[in-house]
Amino acid sequence: MIHEMLEELGSGIAKEREKTKHEIRVCTAAGCMSNGADKVLGAFQSELKERKQTACKAKGVGCMGPCAGGPVVVTHPDNRMHHKVEVSDVPAIIDSIGAAAYTARQVSTDTPFYKRQQKIVLENCSSLDPERLEDYIAHDGYQGLAHVLSEMSSSEVIQEIMASGLRGRGGAGYPTGLKWSTVAKAGGRKKYVVCNADEGDPGAFMDRSVLESDPHRVIEGMAIAAVAVGAEEGYLYVRAEYPLAISRLHKAIRQAERAGVLGKRMLGSTHDFHVQIRLGAGAFVCGEETALLASIEGKAGKPRPRPPYPAESGLWGYSTLINNVETFASIPAIIKNGGDWYASIGTESSKGTKVFALAGSVTNTGLIEVPMGISLREIVFDIGGGVPDGRSFKAVQTGGPSGGCIPAEHLDTPVDFENLAKLGSIMGSGGMIVMDDTANMIDVARYFMEFSMTESCGKCVPCRVGTVHMYNLLGDILDGKATAKDLALLEELCDVTRTASLCGLGQSAPNPVVSTLQYFRSEYDALLVEEAPAVPAAKE
Amino acid sequence: MSRPKIATLWLDGCSGCHMSILDMDQRILELASRADIVYSPLVDTKEFPEGVDVAIVEGAISTDEDVHKIRLVRSRSKFLISLGDCAITGNVPSMRNPFSTQEILERTFVENTTTNPIIPSEDIPKLLDKVVPLHHVVDVDLHLPGCPPPADVIWETVTKLLDGEMPEVTIKTRFGK
Amino acid sequence: MDEQPIAIKTLTIDGKEVGARSGDTILQVAQEHGIWIPTLCFLDGLTAYGSCRICMVELEGNNRLFPACVTKVYEGMVVIIHSPRLEHYRRVIVEMLLSERPHICSVCVSNGHCELQTMAQLLGVTSVRYPYLMRKHDVDASNHRFLHDDNRCILCGRCVRVCSEIEGAHTWAFSGRGVESRIVTDLDQPWGESESCTGCSKCVHVCPTGALIEKGRSVAEMAKRRQFLPYLTVMRKEDAE
Repeated sequence: MIHEMLEELGSGIAKEREKTKHEIRVCTAAGCMSNGADKVLGAFQSELKERKQTACKAKGVGCMGPCAGGPVVVTHPDNRMHHKVEVSDVPAIIDSIGAAAYTARQVSTDTPFYKRQQKIVLENCSSLDPERLEDYIAHDGYQGLAHVLSEMSSSEVIQEIMASGLRGRGGAGYPTGLKWSTVAKAGGRKKYVVCNADEGDPGAFMDRSVLESDPHRVIEGMAIAAVAVGAEEGYLYVRAEYPLAISRLHKAIRQAERAGVLGKRMLGSTHDFHVQIRLGAGAFVCGEETALLASIEGKAGKPRPRPPYPAESGLWGYSTLINNVETFASIPAIIKNGGDWYASIGTESSKGTKVFALAGSVTNTGLIEVPMGISLREIVFDIGGGVPDGRSFKAVQTGGPSGGCIPAEHLDTPVDFENLAKLGSIMGSGGMIVMDDTANMIDVARYFMEFSMTESCGKCVPCRVGTVHMYNLLGDILDGKATAKDLALLEELCDVTRTASLCGLGQSAPNPVVSTLQYFRSEYDALLVEEAPAVPAAKE
Repeated sequence: MSRPKIATLWLDGCSGCHMSILDMDQRILELASRADIVYSPLVDTKEFPEGVDVAIVEGAISTDEDVHKIRLVRSRSKFLISLGDCAITGNVPSMRNPFSTQEILERTFVENTTTNPIIPSEDIPKLLDKVVPLHHVVDVDLHLPGCPPPADVIWETVTKLLDGEMPEVTIKTRFGK
Repeated sequence: MDEQPIAIKTLTIDGKEVGARSGDTILQVAQEHGIWIPTLCFLDGLTAYGSCRICMVELEGNNRLFPACVTKVYEGMVVIIHSPRLEHYRRVIVEMLLSERPHICSVCVSNGHCELQTMAQLLGVTSVRYPYLMRKHDVDASNHRFLHDDNRCILCGRCVRVCSEIEGAHTWAFSGRGVESRIVTDLDQPWGESESCTGCSKCVHVCPTGALIEKGRSVAEMAKRRQFLPYLTVMRKEDAE
């Protein structure tokens, strides 16, 4: 019965598809939208209407990856990609369907950028309309949930997640299966499932793209988790700075509830699961799970000491499962293809794929998904196309303000949780900023320190005060006012802030400094002075 | 062997720390029997001499002259003690730090003056932007907090140093009083 | 969760074997056995907050540090309270606090009764190596009985907790974030105009420094009276039962 319900929901679009010979897919994720993708999509639709071409349809789809080339338009099924499409290009692109290519805008997809990627989380992004539940279902959406509801027990689901080796994609890499089983075993009158979509690292837009491109996928992941751990209520905590993601999530939840996929008696089963959206008010620290939970409860977003972990005592004291967007988005594929399939991808300790937001001094900026274990060199040079403008590569920053800068000599390191940590950085949520030889590493460190300083919640002393002192000392070094003694103080502050801070924000805030000191110490030393300049006299 | 040389210096402070030195009372005579006080507001030497063994400095660094003096003192002294909260933290003199120097000068010499309201500018040291403690300008070997540090602590410190030992007096004194 | 909770746990604190009730924190056990752990934000009778990081201790077999005020004991736990490493971290934290705001003891009404001042003395902090942040903070003197001086505040949150947990008035709260954090009354309205404040003065007496004081006190005259707190906590518990 459960499967029949899905089939019926998908049948409408299947009929629609039969009638459609060609599809013009316009990316409608934030990057392309900011370049006018909505106008381009509108132009395609009105032009097609004018030409009375019913066999050809224009539709908005999710992120296709090459964000620097937006607005991106792909014609299907001949699979021609066009970059930087303007409204004036619309007639020519329609003309090119089934005919000679429109070379003025067309770009090759026969490049490493596409061929070296492996898409699991993003598998549907480039082909489905994020605003239509039916399209998601036509892409086998909610099949995982249906399977879980009809054929699997809670422990079987958790077994499958455990077998997949999936680790939390929010940054810390805690084994997802283990977390689920802890929450499943926990007692209490109720339980909650929370999705952390408070992505805040500068240069990171993975979660944003997933939410904008395939919102149902995340909701399905949450629903599967809810069934597995025995929760009936969930929250999606999204930062308010993502209005498009929020509106699509609202739409997706409404559609899914109306269709009976979500809400009371999901897909006609005995399981209820209600999801609500909560908006973050612009505090980076609310990505920290205890601060996030406090924020959902209506309190100030300040972290509290762990233990107790949310799995033990989370929202309003109830056992709470909290996972990141990408983690939840990986779940449907794992249920569909099996944990062993997922575990066959990646490295010994880090399984599956990871989405990265590639930014900075790299030819192909955009969103990519690669198998764990791929080397940084492959990401930056093959997929990313290397450093543009004849510049040379200097470092790649991963993990945002909590991560570090990795220099050229470590480019062949396979990317996984352990290796990045060994290099003094972290996997983080997936931001990857490439820097060329013009980058001043101390300036980079200060930039991230400024971020941590302004985003510190101010609760614990080391983070609140330590980040300010570190920021000021980095400024003194840059201004040529610091001595070797000041550098020693900076290193001491890094150690104290890292060791004594209450939450992950403070504990990882020194990473950009520590890693640039590790690999680019000579740049720091070159700026040090023998004696601090005399304290400036007041102006006349 | 020549007698150890002790010097004391008064920068931006209220002289209370020097009062505390005087509060050692008759022990000053005992001190004089063991060491020479070669420079101090309490003795009449004009130039800070070379080869000082222990320099005891009261007060914060507030002017360009203070910077010059403390650097000279540091270069001519083996062991430098920051005596009292002004030398260690900036204390009361540093309470002007949240304000601009100009504001302070205006308030002091213009707004609150009835006769000849003018900011003095000739033959006097220039105020620094901010008042800072000694150890932010030179290396300091020992800090004796207190406002002022008790005479007993000063006595114990100096005699221990004369005995060639490092005094352990931090638990006997603290910021404030 | 898997194991059956044992009522009594045995652990070692700085080499001394002690017994503890299951569910106790390291700090509770240490205090019961007369072992001193330095604390600033903790106050007996209020919820532990874990923000000052002064009470961090080492646990054998773990490289991390743990705040004693919120870390629960377990069987066989080996706690180290005093080690050169811990003393170093604690001193740096006190230096950070002293550098954050203009804590000028000599002109403070709480001089001689201040927990920050005492902590610096006990931990041997005789100077602050970091530059002073020299930020300017306003004083709220609008309340006719009390004074709120942000220049003395260390953001320990005792006032916020006592006001909500014991008095139930919820007048105090934090505002801002990072180094811009402040304690405020009634959504940052002047204390004197607060409609929620009952004037009970509990915040004043739990404040570890001179940030919240009674008016009319001169330098060194403001001693805090907080013996009442554990009794109030017990009474409230009994009321609830």
